[in-house]
Amino acid sequence: MKSSVIIFPGSNCDRDMAVALEKFGFKNSLVWHNETKIPKTDLVVLPGGFSYGDYLRCGSIAAKSKIMNEIINFANNGGLVLGVCNGFQLLTESGLLPGVLLRNKYLIFICFEIHLNIKNNSKNFLKKNIKKTIKLHIAHNDGCYYINQDQIKKLEDKNQVALEYSDENGNVSEQTNPNGSLNNIAGIYNEKQNILGMMPHPERMIDPLLGGEDGSLFFKNLLSKK
Amino acid sequence: MKLSLVNPWLLKQKRNKLKISIIVTLKKAVLDPQGKVIKETLENMNFQGISEVRQGKYFEIDIQENDFKKAKLKAEELCEKLLANLVIEEYQIIEKK
Repeated sequence: MKSSVIIFPGSNCDRDMAVALEKFGFKNSLVWHNETKIPKTDLVVLPGGFSYGDYLRCGSIAAKSKIMNEIINFANNGGLVLGVCNGFQLLTESGLLPGVLLRNKYLIFICFEIHLNIKNNSKNFLKKNIKKTIKLHIAHNDGCYYINQDQIKKLEDKNQVALEYSDENGNVSEQTNPNGSLNNIAGIYNEKQNILGMMPHPERMIDPLLGGEDGSLFFKNLLSKK
Repeated sequence: MKLSLVNPWLLKQKRNKLKISIIVTLKKAVLDPQGKVIKETLENMNFQGISEVRQGKYFEIDIQENDFKKAKLKAEELCEKLLANLVIEEYQIIEKK
C-alpha cells in the first residue's frame, strides 16, 4: 500500500510519520506543499507541526497551498486522508471536516499522555481494533474542538465522532478533558468516513521504547485496507 | 515660490487607492479564554468597571479601487475566503479616511 506525507513549511512530525508508515510496510513518499500533483497513492497523511508558524489561524495558510486542491479532489473521490494535530487543523480550515480548533481552554501548551475512548471504529480506520480505550500522546496549543449546537447534533447522529478524551477505563468526563474540547472530542470523521482528523499523535506510540504501541493500531488497520 | 507640477500618473495612482480596515472578532457564542485572562489581569491591576474583554484581529488593506462599494465587495471576499473563519468569527469592514 502506498502513502504520501505532505510537508508544509513548519511541519515537524513529517519524518516521524514517514518512519511509522514505513515500519508497518507502507511505501511512503514525502511530498512538498508546492507540488500540484500527488504521486499515485492510497493514503494521504497531513502531519503535525506548526505550518507557517500558526500565522492568522492554525492551518489556515497551509489550507490554501497548491497541493490542497489535489488533496480535496482525492478525498472527494473517496481516497483515505489522515490528519494528525496540525493536519486536523488544516482539514477543518480547508472545509474537509466540520468545526474548528480553538486555543486550549486553559491557555497552556499541553504535552502529555492521555487516554482515548474509541467511539466509532469506522470501516476505514479502526475496524480491527480489539481495544476500546487506547493511550496516545498529545502536544498542542490549539486543540479545543468547537462546532455550533446544530452541527454537533448532526455530527453525533451520523456517528462521526471517532475519539474522545477519557480515563484509562474509557469514562468520558469533564475531568478527562485536557483542552476544553466540546464533548471531549479528540478526533472526527467526515460524513463518508474516509477522512479522519485527530489531535493525538499515533506516530509517537509505535514502539515499547517510546512508551507504548497503541498508535500502531491505526497503521495496521490502514494497511489491511488493501 | 512656485509650486512644481504634480505628476498626473502619480495623482491617478493616489486616487485609485482606498484604505480599508477589517476587524475580525469571535462570535458571541464562542469562548474566548484570552479575552477572559486579559479581563482578569485588568481587574488585578485595579481597573474597575470592566465587564467583558473580547480579543480580535485587525487588518489594514490598501485596495486599488475608487469606489468604496466595489472595494467593500472585494474585502468581503477576502474575509470569507481567508481572513475570517466563519464557523467561529465575524468581520466588520470600515473605510479608513
